[in-house]
Amino acid sequence: MIRKNFRLPVALFALLCSAGLSHVKADEVQVAVAANFTAPMRKIAAEFEKDTGHKPVLSFGATGKFYAQITNGAPFEVFLAADDETPARLEKELLIAPHSRFTYAIGKLVLWSAKDGVVDGNGEVLKKGAFKHLALANPKIASYGTAAVEAMSKLGVLESLRPCFVQGDNITQTYQFIATGNAELGFVALSQVYKDGKLAPGSAWMVPSLLYTPIRQDAVLLAKGRNKPAATALADYLKSDKAKAIIKSYGYDL
Amino acid sequence: MDMADLGAVWLTLKLASVVTVLLLLIGTPIAWWLARTRSRLKGVIGAVVALPLVLPPTVLGFYLLLVLGPQGWGGQLTEALGLGLLPFTFPGLVVASVFYSMPFVVQPIQNAFEAIGERPLEVAATLRASPWSAFWSVAVPLARPGFLSGAILGFAHTVGEFGVVLMIGGNIPDKTRVISVQIYDHVEALEYAQAHWLAGGMLVFSFVVLLALYSLKQRGKGEAR
Repeated sequence: MIRKNFRLPVALFALLCSAGLSHVKADEVQVAVAANFTAPMRKIAAEFEKDTGHKPVLSFGATGKFYAQITNGAPFEVFLAADDETPARLEKELLIAPHSRFTYAIGKLVLWSAKDGVVDGNGEVLKKGAFKHLALANPKIASYGTAAVEAMSKLGVLESLRPCFVQGDNITQTYQFIATGNAELGFVALSQVYKDGKLAPGSAWMVPSLLYTPIRQDAVLLAKGRNKPAATALADYLKSDKAKAIIKSYGYDL
Repeated sequence: MDMADLGAVWLTLKLASVVTVLLLLIGTPIAWWLARTRSRLKGVIGAVVALPLVLPPTVLGFYLLLVLGPQGWGGQLTEALGLGLLPFTFPGLVVASVFYSMPFVVQPIQNAFEAIGERPLEVAATLRASPWSAFWSVAVPLARPGFLSGAILGFAHTVGEFGVVLMIGGNIPDKTRVISVQIYDHVEALEYAQAHWLAGGMLVFSFVVLLALYSLKQRGKGEAR
């Protein structure tokens, strides 16, 4: 009887212990990743785990949100931002390992519609303006949104198109607006609609790079990961030829 | 607070008012039916009404985006009716909020109807009141505290709505950019001072609403005794 009564507490205790242990396992690395880099990072993480045995734990989201979380003590060790300003700001605030900031990818902007024949090869559709909703990432908080606004302003269509704007909180949500057909077209990251040399179904226009400032995406080794082998290994891995090949296959420049 | 903030405040109050009125109109018959029926469907309908209590707003927002989009049956219906597509519009937010805040209005009213019991309505019937006039002259006055709680909760919950609006709103100034989205934008853009004005305001508002609600309940209990 007594032994039976003990079984549950013991099992619970063992469970708690094992949960506690797995939590402090040394070869895990906590990574904050910009939403637009979701697909390539999943692939890089899988390769990294295969090659080194370290296990990256990935969180995807908006760069501004990650900044607020990191400055308030979030446990991230490596941060892949969607811009170069946020990592620079973290560097100034001494929240990263010294000299660990580098550009891991240069994002490209594309005007995309889930329907064939909506977007033409020269972006003329923006001048005609025969649509109800144009989706873009919120330019106030997302670098791809800023780039979209810059391109439209250079084309001289910004003010005429502004009433059609619908803004996603980040580039993933912007993609969702277009993919579900609720917005006829919109500006997304090339990485979202491009894989292995092929564009996703629909129609697209690669916005010429002279129409917007290059979207430099920087990564940093955060102060929390400074002395962790798994974290430094991942930061180095992002610079490897293998990682670079994956990054390029999703349509980023390097 | 700048013009954009004030625009968001005005839009939010407008949305919450429209939604509360609509919910009182739609929710009352549902609550009445749920309170009185012996149908086996009661469990099903009650569960559907309560779904937003447990569903993450992103689930509701995602399905609304699909259903109300050009490929969804809801979107095809609104287009056939000549209303156009609802996502990214004020009416779209109203529809989403009606679903989202439904349990907060229906449940207090339903509880109030159930608390009345059969007796007062039977008495009204023996006095030759038609079911319709018994409803208006007996059930509704007796259920007044339930209506008040429902209206206050529905209004406050719509003001506090975020996830659904973010998913189907598209963040358009004066059309779909409500206070919660505006606060989120300020925080994301690291404009913490501006965020504090709105966020602090929301905190005070929510507290005052709940305080009003609970003192109302307290008073109601006092009267009953």
